[in-house]
Amino acid sequence: MTAMLNVKDLRAYYGQVQALHGLSFALNEGSLTTLLGANGAGKTTTLRAICNMVRSTGAIEFDGAPLGNRSTENIVRLGIAHVPQGRGTFTTMTVEENLQLGAITRKDSKGVVADIERMYDHFPVLKQRHTQQAGTLSGGEQQMLAVARALMLRPRLMLLDEPSFGLAPLIVRDLFKILGKINRDDKVTILVVEQNAQLALELADTAYVIETGRIVMSGKANDIANNEDVRKSYLGY
Amino acid sequence: MELFTNQVLAGIATGAIYACMALAVVMIYQAIDHLNFAQGEMAMFSTFISWQLMQWGVPYWWAFLLTLAFSFAAGILIERLLFKPLAKAPILTNVAGFIALYAIINSVAGLIWDFTIKQYPTPFGSSPFLGSQLISTHQAGMIGVTVVLLILLYMFFQFTRVGLAMRAAAAMPESARLVGINTSWMIALGWGMAAAIGSIAGILIAPVVFLEPNMMGGVLIYGFAAAVLGGLTSPLGAVVGGFLVGVFENLAGTYIPGVGNELKLPIALALIITVLVVKPAGLFGRPIVKRV
Amino acid sequence: MSAVQEAVTEAPAIDAVPKKAMTLSLGTSLIVLLLFLVVPLFVKNFIIFQLTTVLIYGIAVLALNILTGGSGQFSLGQSAFYAVGAYTSAILIEHAGMNYALTLPIAGIICFGFGFLFGLPALRLSGVYLALATFALATAMPQLLKLGFFEHWTGGVQGLVVTKPDAPFGLPMSQDTWLYYFTLAIAIGIYIAAVNLLRSRSGRALMAIRDNEIAASAMGVDVALYKTLAFGVSAGITGVAGGLGAIAVQFVAPDSYTIQLAIALFLGMVVGGVGWLPGSIIGSAFIVFVPNIAEGISKGLSGAVFGVLLFIVIFLVPHGARQVAFVAQSLIGKLRKN
Repeated sequence: MTAMLNVKDLRAYYGQVQALHGLSFALNEGSLTTLLGANGAGKTTTLRAICNMVRSTGAIEFDGAPLGNRSTENIVRLGIAHVPQGRGTFTTMTVEENLQLGAITRKDSKGVVADIERMYDHFPVLKQRHTQQAGTLSGGEQQMLAVARALMLRPRLMLLDEPSFGLAPLIVRDLFKILGKINRDDKVTILVVEQNAQLALELADTAYVIETGRIVMSGKANDIANNEDVRKSYLGY
Repeated sequence: MELFTNQVLAGIATGAIYACMALAVVMIYQAIDHLNFAQGEMAMFSTFISWQLMQWGVPYWWAFLLTLAFSFAAGILIERLLFKPLAKAPILTNVAGFIALYAIINSVAGLIWDFTIKQYPTPFGSSPFLGSQLISTHQAGMIGVTVVLLILLYMFFQFTRVGLAMRAAAAMPESARLVGINTSWMIALGWGMAAAIGSIAGILIAPVVFLEPNMMGGVLIYGFAAAVLGGLTSPLGAVVGGFLVGVFENLAGTYIPGVGNELKLPIALALIITVLVVKPAGLFGRPIVKRV
Repeated sequence: MSAVQEAVTEAPAIDAVPKKAMTLSLGTSLIVLLLFLVVPLFVKNFIIFQLTTVLIYGIAVLALNILTGGSGQFSLGQSAFYAVGAYTSAILIEHAGMNYALTLPIAGIICFGFGFLFGLPALRLSGVYLALATFALATAMPQLLKLGFFEHWTGGVQGLVVTKPDAPFGLPMSQDTWLYYFTLAIAIGIYIAAVNLLRSRSGRALMAIRDNEIAASAMGVDVALYKTLAFGVSAGITGVAGGLGAIAVQFVAPDSYTIQLAIALFLGMVVGGVGWLPGSIIGSAFIVFVPNIAEGISKGLSGAVFGVLLFIVIFLVPHGARQVAFVAQSLIGKLRKN
């Protein structure tokens, strides 16, 4: 299987402070990978570095070609969708406008309309609220909207930053089920950053554990979930 | 009562000027999230360009279209050359940039065309409108053009992809980049459109206030006030605000004793600020809830 | 139905100056002070007068720095307070025969009150709205000063002539030189007081308000009180500057205090570095000398040249003179290590 995303020796900086100290990992096409770690470990920074939202050095290759110094919007246009921390919902716009914005770089307007309908099938609650201001949606609904918006890009790779944040466990389970479905049916490679290790490991096939800017553990999600020592040392359960 | 109605109507007529300028102000605010103090000067300069073209024999409507195109291009150029480099600088530094731009444009216009006032033609004629003593055909034309502009802008923002992208880029730039929008170019586009709208405002205003480099000074302030009154994110609010400001100004001049021409501006501003103290987001603005 | 728009408080519009860098080090301060003390010995009277003007505007820019850089409130209305201070001094000197030095604290107190009163309704405004309100104040002031109602005191459109004081105790120096040292002493006093204010608990409260008003209020800071006090203090200091200006120029007239003065003071603050008190004098020097330089380069295009020079400055040092100072400081630090 080819590596869709290849990250080598990634170092990232916030001003003078170094947040990532030489991260290397690869995502295979069609995989569902989770990046786990405590608060401040560098998970969000990793996603931001992939999208060039933070100063970094190192080599990142997507589909075999280096991302180089492309701007964030150009990286997105290559087919990488990023659902940021806090969801990044366009709160002043309607639900439907949010979905249209997800597809704003696409040229096939008929395909966009069809995809919006597909999103409403995946997430019926969005159809109910499609003319409402996105800011009035509940946390769970906004998360669904954020995922739907990312899918409107028809991405090859989807990055999600703590999608479970602030959501009730039942809703998180539903959300993760949908992510699994998207990964299998729509063949979208997914990288999920999570603090909620247990659920994430149930969902993913591969896992990396990051601590203070370094990868300390990697392997099959099952193996890591079943490894009591790892769980206790790094994941806290 | 008749005096009151007359003054209100007259206020609406003059308010069309402010409404038009306020549209340009809202346009730039939608793009860059703050106000550009040099916008009046840019509008003035564009108007002079159109005047110069007509002096050289170009017919009115051709001059109008060419000026529109020129203003659009100039707005983009100014943003790319002068304000893109300041994108990461603090807001106050950008404001200093606007002031510098103001000084440059005003001075250059004065040098090229000097400070004597010039007549500027109107395509609407200046006879009384429908026999009314208060509104001339030109003023009616101004109101008409402003309303048409408003409708076009509304349609642009609500129904086009670029309009949606611009709104997104202004509201949440980082999220916009994450859907692939080039926010930097959205800003440039906003500047271009604001400059174009400003040029229309200038061309409509010049027949009334006469063409000279300082003609837009007061108008811009009223335009700001009108935009703020209407709620900075609402083109409709800007237009309504403009008419209201015109009416305020006239009523203040008529009914408050001692208010000569010079005090009209501060009184109008004071009235607007009073409204803002009561309704901080403006008449049509959406109230903003601030979270820590 | 329009919904409520939620906005997480974004990064503050005014970036904080780190506490260490808020003023010059003691060594640099002494050198600067020395320069100020000896300069009049080497230059002609007219230059001394210009330097006095730089000091006076420096005080006014400092006041704006406290208001904007300190408490985060934007003001385009300082010219109004400057005018009130100027007229207060002028009226007291010419109509009440008061000693010029005594008029200054009175001008300061009156302007403090005026600023405090303005600060009260201004509490509900911020950002662009506050800018508009202060702008209204600035444009209203010259018109108010021209009102026939006040003409008996203000001299109406023509204004008042102010007598220039001689050096006291028969000291052997020109009026300009005496006025320079007098102004310098006041400027130093105000500068030291301002630095101490910003370093005190009150100063920290102000800066907390600037950086995140909601959080500050949640921590028990009386936001309303501090914000209005900031307006009052800033207006008071500007009033003192205005009084000094009236004495130095020997003349007050309504059209000397237009919005252009307010804009100039704003530019002075930006060029000096917002919130960096020592920069006030650099910003002030900019607004006093650069327009003259611009006119010297091209009489017809003086405005354009000024604009271009201003652009050059803000392109090179977007954060104002304090950027230069920081760079110099770190260079000196590196040299010391070697």
